[in-house]
Amino acid sequence: MATGFLTDTTVCIGCKACEVACKQWNQLPADGYELTGDSYDNTKTLSGTTWRHVAFIENPKKKRLTGDVDLVALAEDVREQLPGGAELDALGRWAFMSDVCKHCVEAPCQQACPTGSIIRNEFDNVFIQPDICNGCGYCIPACPYGVITRVPEDGRAFKCTLCYDRQKDGLEPACAKACPTESIMFGEVEELERRAEQRVQELHDRGYTSAFVYGTPEVGGTGGIGGNHSKFILMDEPETYNLPRHPFLPQEKLNQASAASIAAAAVLGAVVAWAFRG
Amino acid sequence: MPGLGVTYGRGGATSTLQDLQNSDCIIIEGSNMAEAHPVGFRHPMIAREKGATLIHVDPRFTRTSAMCDIYAPIRPGTDIAFLGGLINYVIENERYFEEYVVNYTNAATLVTEDFEDADASGLFSGWDEETKSYSAETWRYEGMPLRHAAVGGSQDSVVGEAGEGPAAEETHGGRPRPNDPSLQHPRCVFQILKRHFAKYTPEMVERVTGCPKEAFLKVAETICDNSGRDRTTAFCYAVGWTQHSKGVQIIRTVAILQLLLGNIGRPGGGIMALRGHATIQGSTDIATLYDVLPGYLPMPDANKTHDTWQEYVETETAETGWWSNIPKYLTSIMKAWYGEAFDPENGELFDHFPRLTGDHSYYPTLMDMKDGKGVKGCFVFGQNFAVGGPHARLARDAIRNLDWIVVLDAFEVETATAWKLDGVRPEECGTEVFFMPSALIAEKDGSFTQTQRMLQWHDKAVEPPDDARSDAWFVFHLGRRIQDLYKDSTEPRDALIKAMTWDYPTEGETEEPHIESILKEINGYNVADGSPVGGFAELKADGSTACGGWIYSGVYAGGENKARRRKPWSEQDNVAAEWGWAWPMDRRILYNRASADPEGKPWSEKKKYVWWDEEQGKWTGLDVPDFQADKPPDYRPDPDARGVDSIPGDGPFIMQGDGRGWLFAPVGLKDGPLPVHYEAVESPVPNLLYEKVHHDPVAKTFDRPDNPYNPPEDPRFPYVVTTYRLTEHHTSGAMSRWIPWLSELQPELFAEISPDLAADKGVNNGDWVTIETTRAKIHCKALVSDRIPVYDFEGKKLHTIGLPYHWGPNGLVKGDVVNDLVPVSLEPNVAIHEAKAFTANLEAGRV
Repeated sequence: MATGFLTDTTVCIGCKACEVACKQWNQLPADGYELTGDSYDNTKTLSGTTWRHVAFIENPKKKRLTGDVDLVALAEDVREQLPGGAELDALGRWAFMSDVCKHCVEAPCQQACPTGSIIRNEFDNVFIQPDICNGCGYCIPACPYGVITRVPEDGRAFKCTLCYDRQKDGLEPACAKACPTESIMFGEVEELERRAEQRVQELHDRGYTSAFVYGTPEVGGTGGIGGNHSKFILMDEPETYNLPRHPFLPQEKLNQASAASIAAAAVLGAVVAWAFRG
Repeated sequence: MPGLGVTYGRGGATSTLQDLQNSDCIIIEGSNMAEAHPVGFRHPMIAREKGATLIHVDPRFTRTSAMCDIYAPIRPGTDIAFLGGLINYVIENERYFEEYVVNYTNAATLVTEDFEDADASGLFSGWDEETKSYSAETWRYEGMPLRHAAVGGSQDSVVGEAGEGPAAEETHGGRPRPNDPSLQHPRCVFQILKRHFAKYTPEMVERVTGCPKEAFLKVAETICDNSGRDRTTAFCYAVGWTQHSKGVQIIRTVAILQLLLGNIGRPGGGIMALRGHATIQGSTDIATLYDVLPGYLPMPDANKTHDTWQEYVETETAETGWWSNIPKYLTSIMKAWYGEAFDPENGELFDHFPRLTGDHSYYPTLMDMKDGKGVKGCFVFGQNFAVGGPHARLARDAIRNLDWIVVLDAFEVETATAWKLDGVRPEECGTEVFFMPSALIAEKDGSFTQTQRMLQWHDKAVEPPDDARSDAWFVFHLGRRIQDLYKDSTEPRDALIKAMTWDYPTEGETEEPHIESILKEINGYNVADGSPVGGFAELKADGSTACGGWIYSGVYAGGENKARRRKPWSEQDNVAAEWGWAWPMDRRILYNRASADPEGKPWSEKKKYVWWDEEQGKWTGLDVPDFQADKPPDYRPDPDARGVDSIPGDGPFIMQGDGRGWLFAPVGLKDGPLPVHYEAVESPVPNLLYEKVHHDPVAKTFDRPDNPYNPPEDPRFPYVVTTYRLTEHHTSGAMSRWIPWLSELQPELFAEISPDLAADKGVNNGDWVTIETTRAKIHCKALVSDRIPVYDFEGKKLHTIGLPYHWGPNGLVKGDVVNDLVPVSLEPNVAIHEAKAFTANLEAGRV
């Protein structure tokens, strides 16, 4: 049986109870006390000591600067002032998203791990065995989502365990337990997939046609990752939430990189051969 | 909460959080529910998923706004103008629930000819310019002044002079009162109301509140479309409404609106008064206010006819309605506290009971502390007023002038360290500080009474560490020791200490008092055999029963701690009657007789809740009826009827002398029978609706050198500050600034300002700014966001500064004390401060 998360950002109220519950249950330290000035987000990113992270996205329209930027629209957006009209639909003006390890079906971190520390446990979750991890850090760049870091004083890599210990005792993970609006759902992956599909359909029926599931093989799971056991319902482009649109396995780039190297070697060889001709 | 108390009869939320799931529309105003009540907010979220429309009306775009379908921005402190506009819209467009209004409110009742509305002058009739106060005599119903407003508590302290009633024969409620059910008589309440709010037009709402007319009209249409027989709208508010110099009148305005729309006493309707702490409701119920005894019974007062027990009881007993039962409750409380030593026949022991001699509410006491006027010491439980109370500098100065202070807390809060703050030299501070480590919630048994009047029990999970003890342990053992010290005294003045029943059983090595025994005493018991009473109906005035808090009577009926019931909501209907216990008598939605029509039938199948069962001859339904169970709908009181018999079978507001909801409040409020929009005491703009009166004329202000006010429209203080809480911290931060996991989430004080103001002042996001009032100056970082609207006022831009107030000089994360900025300007009825709208200046940098 594979278990996972479904995080529905459309009902997330940004309370951060998941962050606190995670840190308390897993006894993770605080990361410091620094006001970032980035909305209400002061923990900034997932890390070896922050396994749930709530992102705060103010006025997503304005922030989306990747791709083709319509400078005129952007300028108008900036000029737009509250209360310049009734906010007939406030949904989406300030978006919250509780991020977490995606528990990939083909986990790049696991493939990069040279010690065998990273395994798939009996719940089919991607799990770092802390007693085997030697702190080499190969998993860190391998993760396309930036989930893992090494903990400085410890040296080893850590990330969400999907509360392995709680699951073994028949409990749901601490973050899902603490969530007051059921934005974080825990359960069997197949069941969550059904719920996600149903939820997206509901949102579409209500006119929120931009809603979609992130973490299916189609979106967020291409490049050989094969989808995520930890999925999200999003209302905007993945980039808005700092998620990659096309995450990939590092080795996907291997052929291209190798080809480029071979080509470069060939060209260089030819140049050298030419230089020393005769 | 006289805003609700005067209108409906009880000063508590009228419904439950889970009942919000039944709402068709939820309007949150004066509350940032998603941030301050994130767990309760699950219910509006469920309602939204079921198709309800969520509306947020607020000066800032918050995490609550982000969840709502409609966000309407309003300038801080203009809620009466906005809600008054809604009342005007409802009346002008005839969107009120006529059958409900005619039968269940005092709309048809005629008001005396002497009443004059606050039109041109901005003041109602009865104003005395010399004393700056009202006499309520001209606000009465024609021919029938009520002797008491059923506001609960020390009624006269709320009622003012109106408590001096006329002859008894005029006061009973059974006599038909002059009225006009066609609502056409120019002096009927409905017509008075209509005229009063006529000037609150959508255009005026836009001018005064800064809310675009389209947004206002969208809100108005939405709540009207979602009220009536088949649909209900609920309001949620919190301290965003109470912390104003006219806070009670803001709540009055919504109370009137909900009566007009017919939303009170019905599922999915009501007014949810969200409380700021886990047991704030409990602390007023059983009773930390200086002027009430537990259960909102009046505190004896030296300035009233309270000289003897008999006089006290007679003075406070109402002729009609529920408060006619007061003798039973007063006697039972005395029996609970003094046992055999109290004999209701002679009431002698009462002679030694303390009396009020004046206003001993928080601020006057604080000022007496600072001025050295007789306050020598102070016990502080679960409080950090050196940071959490407005004009916190005044509080710290006051603490430093005490002989001694006892602080019980789990962390070294600022209240315990005032002696070394603000640059004072510790050797010059003579206050002796006793800092006692206190147990936290999981380390003790007890109950919380939350927002919806519901008691929920919590069991001790672990022993408190080291010397930490529960607050109850401290009080119990202090009482024991005091009693021991006085046991041989022959002084009459010590009689109460000697007579006090203080014999709770104890548990364990530390002799922790058995908390359930205290609950049993609060519930009440028969003196003869100690058996718990089943409810307050069993209480007697003859001394045969004892009860520590009559409104909680029934929580321990049959010896079962009903507060401890924990059947999950998923295993019962969403009235959730088997979870916890709600006062009064486990009624979850108050005034639920109003969920049926005058004949006792549900208004609609969809909204059925409590109804009259003709066959059984009693009220029945999903909830415990908040009505005399066997009183038929067609019951009409005999002209001689007294007490609860004077309430007709179609009078759902049983605490009111006339059984009706009060659109017009003939007594009960110090600042008028109807709400009026006034500006805040400190406001940068004039009052457009009543030009001659700027702010609430009865608001309490204090002319002291340490409490100067920023004059209205003073160009030195052009911005409006509104203070608030963040999800990540708890009030003064006493329980969160010491927790790393919470502190990292909001590590520092910040000021939220608009990009517009930031540009004006040359401030970038994250830069230091200085915020100043005539009281104090603070420094913090700027958080620049277009979530802070810029308001247009008569062509001028008005800027708002948002300030969370969680920080202080102690703890893991520190910051300046925002409450140092706040003036002591108080609401006249309940003496609450004005932290949600006052003026200040802002400059770039730390100056």
